[in-house]
Amino acid sequence: MLAYIVRRTAYGFVVVLGVLLLLFALFFLYAEPIEMARRAVGEKAPPEVLEQWVVNHGYDKPTWWNSESPGDTMLVDHFRSMLTFDFGRSDADDSPILERIRAGMGPSLSLTLPIFTVGVLLGVGLSLFVAYFRETYIDRMGVVLCVLGMSLSILLYIIGGQFLIGKMLRWFPISGFDASPAVMLRFLALPVLVGLAEGLGGSIRFYRTVFIEETGRDYVRTARAKGCGDGRIMARHVLHNAMIPILTRVVVSIPFLFTGSLLLESFFGIPGLGSMMVDAIHGNDFATLRAMVYIGALLFIAAQILTDIAYTLVDPRVRLA
Amino acid sequence: MSLVEPHVLSNIVVAVLLGGAVAAFAIARRSDLWSQAGRELIGRRPIAIGAIALFVSVAMLDSVAWVGGGGAAGNVLEQSRPRSVVDRMFAPDFKEKSYSAPLADIEFYGGADLSHPGSHLLGTDILGRDVLHLTLKGARVALLIGGLTSLIVIPLALLMGISAGYFGGRIDDIVFFVVSTLASIPTLLLLIALIMVLGHGPVQVCVAMGVTGWVGFCRIVRGETFKLRELDYVQAARALGVSEIGIILRHILPNLMHLVVITFVLLFSGLVLSEAILAYLGIGIDGSWGQMIDQARDELARDPIIWWNLVAASTALFALILSVNFVGDAVRDILDPKTLGEGE
Amino acid sequence: MIGPVLRIDEVLTTFPAAGTRIPVVDHVSLEVHAGEVLALVGESGCGKSMTALSAMRLVPKPGRVESGNIQLCGRDVLALSVSEMRAMRGGEAAMIFQEPMTSLNPVQTVGAQVVEAIRLHERVSFVEARKRTIEMFDRVQIPDPEQRFGAYPHQLSGGLKQRVMIAMAAAMRPKLLIADEPTTALDVTIQAQILELLRELQRELGTAILLITHDLGVVNELADRIAVMYASRIVEQGERVDVLASARHPYTEGLLRSVPAAARRGEALHEIAGVVPSPSEWPAGCRFSTRCDRVESRCGDAVPTSTQVAPGHTVDCFVVADEVAQ
Repeated sequence: MLAYIVRRTAYGFVVVLGVLLLLFALFFLYAEPIEMARRAVGEKAPPEVLEQWVVNHGYDKPTWWNSESPGDTMLVDHFRSMLTFDFGRSDADDSPILERIRAGMGPSLSLTLPIFTVGVLLGVGLSLFVAYFRETYIDRMGVVLCVLGMSLSILLYIIGGQFLIGKMLRWFPISGFDASPAVMLRFLALPVLVGLAEGLGGSIRFYRTVFIEETGRDYVRTARAKGCGDGRIMARHVLHNAMIPILTRVVVSIPFLFTGSLLLESFFGIPGLGSMMVDAIHGNDFATLRAMVYIGALLFIAAQILTDIAYTLVDPRVRLA
Repeated sequence: MSLVEPHVLSNIVVAVLLGGAVAAFAIARRSDLWSQAGRELIGRRPIAIGAIALFVSVAMLDSVAWVGGGGAAGNVLEQSRPRSVVDRMFAPDFKEKSYSAPLADIEFYGGADLSHPGSHLLGTDILGRDVLHLTLKGARVALLIGGLTSLIVIPLALLMGISAGYFGGRIDDIVFFVVSTLASIPTLLLLIALIMVLGHGPVQVCVAMGVTGWVGFCRIVRGETFKLRELDYVQAARALGVSEIGIILRHILPNLMHLVVITFVLLFSGLVLSEAILAYLGIGIDGSWGQMIDQARDELARDPIIWWNLVAASTALFALILSVNFVGDAVRDILDPKTLGEGE
Repeated sequence: MIGPVLRIDEVLTTFPAAGTRIPVVDHVSLEVHAGEVLALVGESGCGKSMTALSAMRLVPKPGRVESGNIQLCGRDVLALSVSEMRAMRGGEAAMIFQEPMTSLNPVQTVGAQVVEAIRLHERVSFVEARKRTIEMFDRVQIPDPEQRFGAYPHQLSGGLKQRVMIAMAAAMRPKLLIADEPTTALDVTIQAQILELLRELQRELGTAILLITHDLGVVNELADRIAVMYASRIVEQGERVDVLASARHPYTEGLLRSVPAAARRGEALHEIAGVVPSPSEWPAGCRFSTRCDRVESRCGDAVPTSTQVAPGHTVDCFVVADEVAQ
């Protein structure tokens, strides 16, 4: 088991290196430093200012190989800073990126954690309900509603939520954020609701397919033939077998907890990592963008390793190969 | 910049697409499987198919453009601009100065007389443009997003997936590494990073979506190719000395076509919806419904509300995505209920 | 106990298709008496499994039993409450299936699955149930039963899995065991062992067996009586020797002649002309009339009723009925 985890983590690290190489290609090879400077400082900035910007950000070093001091190249800098989480300063406003990421994590989690947990529970629960009534009009209605829900853009969920609940019904404030828990709860209610509604259609449909596929399997018929009731079959047999695809979907969405939801945060004025990304996009802030993509990938790779380990616990057929 | 004028290129693309569609139809008619699947699909989802056909027609009509003929007299700039069939359905000066409600006679703010009172079916937007006209033009953008991206995704995924699955070994290792690297970066983040680096514009956005989108399909192709390669008749073809390329073209590729069709339909709605998110982030494609929705969202805060441009764009977007989703479900049911799980 | 263990009377089970409901079990009647083995024989898709599932009230949705009467151990199956039916399944009547590979829950140990079967019907401790499970494993000749108790299905061979299935089914000493193609998915040598095991259980526990199979060799090994099904209906029913030695229905005759036998070495194997018609192509009358070599004009119009050709031996055929009447 330990050997498996070590091996799996080692491959994960190789993939991290691959991601870093890709980011390097994107941000340093494809994008010209002078071009980045022009976008960051402004189209009409004088050349001296642009040069200065490039030097300040360390983008003037040789790309691959420095004959004078071998370690002093952009490639080495890039790998070193990313692997040590020394992300430097923002291209846009010179603020330290790591500090901002730390500060943004709390607000992001307070939004994404409820959406994630309630979303999974609601998704699994409702899909069990729908799957229980398969081949009836309840099921067919449920599927149609899911497809309807999936066909709406998230923009419409947000605009609709803000307009209906925030403006017409005035249940919750439309946007804002506050550190004190009581106030925060009122600010978070609407974005959490919107985030839940937006994801529900897709997840119910996914889990429903999983459950219907599992309930059609032979072992369920065996359980029935030995006298198991429907509830027990679901709880003891189907749920355990369905854990494997459910786990994949759940674990894979863990990075979303940290990277936050770009749209929800920026629409509802929550100062989390999602808002930070949106600011970086609008400010042509490549350094922040690179750090965020890297962290997102890192979390995703970690989540995948966790999924693979979880498989071995849930499914006795998985061998530690 | 380019050798041909954009509108000429667009006309050529329409001609190629029409030709391709006729050819695909002719080939499909000769195959029992495909013609039967087509008939069943139309039988199951007539309304959704009809809606999609309508969107495609509007997009096509908006892609056929030429210069001159019936332009606004006196305006030389306007006259030298190519106008599509859809543009020609509206008068060249079919504009107001600012907002006007559907079928209104006066401007929304200030109440000045309109130059075309009572004729803007869906009202006008902040710049006085006719909302119906804009909404119709959005169809072309939506189909461009879905179509052009699929043209990148599908060949790329087929090439990589088949080589990995068929040849295995070192090639498979490399493809698998590239796939897992790309798949490790959360899609939206990678998409944003790519567009930021590549720059804005329809082709750049589609390329970025293509780069992020081919990975999932490549995995499926790889798995299927691996299975197909082991089948008896493929082994027999090898034993008879058919070349590798021959086996791939004659035995592997045709057996992947149903997956291509399903993937295309399922990919499409996701791509168009992603563009709406990009539009909000300011890196979408000009003229898309997502952009219209984004521009309209602030207007809801006004009192009285300006709702018509939001409703027009979101209804069009919703109708297209819904139809494609319904057809996608049916296509999957008909062609392959097993291989592709949901949520791939 | 008085009367048959299982009595199926004019049962009609249908599935919806293309706007109508297609009968998969079409007014089937049969009886299984205590301690006997009745073989329900027919080609795949003829409705023999659905007949068995109807008896257990396990017909998968959207199929349903429309009409008829089913008596299991003297109780009206179609009138039982859900919990009474549940107590019946695995208690008085148990079932084993064709695919031992997929019929066991892959993420539970085989022991736990048998324990569950026991504890669903009897209030016993886990330790007690485990003891009985291991005894049952021993009885169905699973080597190292203590060790196998904690094994997962994928760690066992197909033959062992089918033994586990039999142990699970026999754990509550049921009066009726429905065995749906119990040996089809197994190797020939394993098949013989499993048949032997079923026969022993039937003798020792006095369990009646409804054996569903398309394999006449298996029928010859195990069955006391035989019912032959074709296109959702029973066409011939009787004692094993009667049906095998003097089959009267043209379909049964054809079926028997298509089996290779040492006695007819050198002869060409018989083949029934044509293919089984799909439900939409079923004739109004006798469903075998499209392939029968003795077909007459009336056969396609009216459904033949059962005619007794010998004590306990009935045949549903107009031509045979006429021969008997003469």
